[in-house]
Amino acid sequence: MKTNDVILQTTTKVVFFIIFLFSIHIFFAGHYTPGGGFVGGLLTTGAIVLLLLAFDLKTIQQILPFNFTIVTGIGLLLALGTAAGSIFFNVPFFTHAFDDFTLPLFGETSLHTAMLFDSGVYLVVVGSAITIIQSIGGDD
Amino acid sequence: MNMINLLLFPIIIPFFFAMILLFFKEQVVIQRVLTVIGLALSLVASIWLLVTVKAEGIQTVTLGSWPAPFGITMVSDMFSALLVTTTILITFFVVLYSFQSIGIERERFFYYPAILFMITGINGAFTTGDIFNMFVFFEVLLIASYLLIVLGGEKRQLRESIKYILVNVISSALFVIAVAYLYSIVGTLNMADISVKIAEINQPGIISVLAILFLIVFGIKGAIFPLYFWLPGSYAAPPIPVLTLFGALLTKVGVYAITRTYTLFFVHDIGFTHQFLLVLSLLTIVAGCIGALAYFDLKQIIIYNIIIAVGVILFGVAQMNTSGLEGAVYYLIHDMLIKAALFVLIGIIIYVTGTSNLREMGGLIKSHAALGWFYLIAAFGLAGIPPLSGFIGKLLIVKGGFEADNAFGSIVLLVSSLVVLLSVIRIFIYAFWGPQNPDYPLPVTSKRTYRQLMAPAVLLVLVTVAYGVGTEWLMPYISDASDVLRDPSIYINAVLKE
Repeated sequence: MKTNDVILQTTTKVVFFIIFLFSIHIFFAGHYTPGGGFVGGLLTTGAIVLLLLAFDLKTIQQILPFNFTIVTGIGLLLALGTAAGSIFFNVPFFTHAFDDFTLPLFGETSLHTAMLFDSGVYLVVVGSAITIIQSIGGDD
Repeated sequence: MNMINLLLFPIIIPFFFAMILLFFKEQVVIQRVLTVIGLALSLVASIWLLVTVKAEGIQTVTLGSWPAPFGITMVSDMFSALLVTTTILITFFVVLYSFQSIGIERERFFYYPAILFMITGINGAFTTGDIFNMFVFFEVLLIASYLLIVLGGEKRQLRESIKYILVNVISSALFVIAVAYLYSIVGTLNMADISVKIAEINQPGIISVLAILFLIVFGIKGAIFPLYFWLPGSYAAPPIPVLTLFGALLTKVGVYAITRTYTLFFVHDIGFTHQFLLVLSLLTIVAGCIGALAYFDLKQIIIYNIIIAVGVILFGVAQMNTSGLEGAVYYLIHDMLIKAALFVLIGIIIYVTGTSNLREMGGLIKSHAALGWFYLIAAFGLAGIPPLSGFIGKLLIVKGGFEADNAFGSIVLLVSSLVVLLSVIRIFIYAFWGPQNPDYPLPVTSKRTYRQLMAPAVLLVLVTVAYGVGTEWLMPYISDASDVLRDPSIYINAVLKE
């Protein structure tokens, strides 16, 4: 028997974006307040899991047509690349750099290469968590 | 050219190639080519590092440009540089051996990335100068090894991987607890700084307790008596190339960690801590000897020889004199090489005969003469017959034992050599001598595969022979390595300079 979960699906469509935006907020706020790549990534995963609960695996794979193993790989490369950039300046590995920039929309902004490393962590967390859930959930 | 990050290259290069391989899951040919390129580059980097350490002394870099005790310091002294080079060399040959033996199904499921991630962890654990960072690298190599042990999903692999993971999770938890205790006492995680702080408080009782706790932690990883119980079952489950990597590399990381902590941290109450290590190492040898003689299974015989070697190396470390430590360093590298060679060779024997039961073999020398003679060379090398590689190491360890008035232990060591020789010669006699066993005809095998399996095995045996014959040239490197172990102040000054 097919259950009708219109309430769940409608609520999910709204709540998903709230959770997703919150995860992005947590991710960007990591330098000055609690948060960062790891929790940000987990929250994004949580949002996607909510989608998986409300809809089914196939639909979600159509909406998000990524190979999440590749996402993990890209995240790892980003993290290593940030850390290894220091090799080319002959300073110790993992030496970060930062400076203040005046950006068109944001105004005076401090940009730090730790951010790039954090994006790597974010992608690895999302990629590996979704891979785990997809491979367990897709197992018949 | 002055490269301050040089000592990180043997860690970063395999890591980078492992990531790249994630993008080519199904393209086995690309995976093979990239793995070989990655390992070749790592080998070049590690040899370059070895030369640099020889010329300029200990290399250190503190990550993120932070001053020494505050950032994570990576330290490459001669001991770790030698181990890193040996690790990459062995992996290179095992990967070549894998092409013919591991099977396309496993290759398509992250086999090569797992190997490269494991090498990252092993090299990192050898190079790090930070005790918590060492824990992290232990986890890197362990998690990759979990994949390798279960990859393939045979019933036996599933059963043994559960035991393996369970034991290692428990020992990792103990590792964290031990680091937490240590941190609460000395307030630092940098290994050189820990050594200074322990010297300042002159090793009170609690530090000796910690020394034993660390021995338990690393003893589970390195399989010393009575913590080796998980090893024989778990190592027999995965296929031969994985078994070779595990047998040659993984337990040695535990042995390295014991050596490092017992020569850098816990050196102020040797009467208690090192006596403890000494007794356990002798019991490890005895336990290994019993196992090596008890089995008629090729894999189990060599697996128990790993345990014997762990005991021998730690006996050398427990002496804390020049001969003992030089012998331990020499024997450690010898043992990594010779175990890799032996596992690869018995892998070929198992491939040729289709069984690992000695009773079902016989007469192989008539059909596979090269295999037989190379196996014999490797077996003599393992037992320590001059001029092969096992000789000088054990000679120095025995000498160290006599110098430190541990004559009884040295005699146990010498007797164990006989047992080792007996156990591996038994394989030679059963498998190669006599007539072909009529009840068990040889399965049909491809000559081409056999030759491609033999090539890396022969090269590995030749490396061990060169290691034994070239002792004279290698000794300056070995004594540089043992100098750092004997005198922690060299290590401390290199890390906490100015």
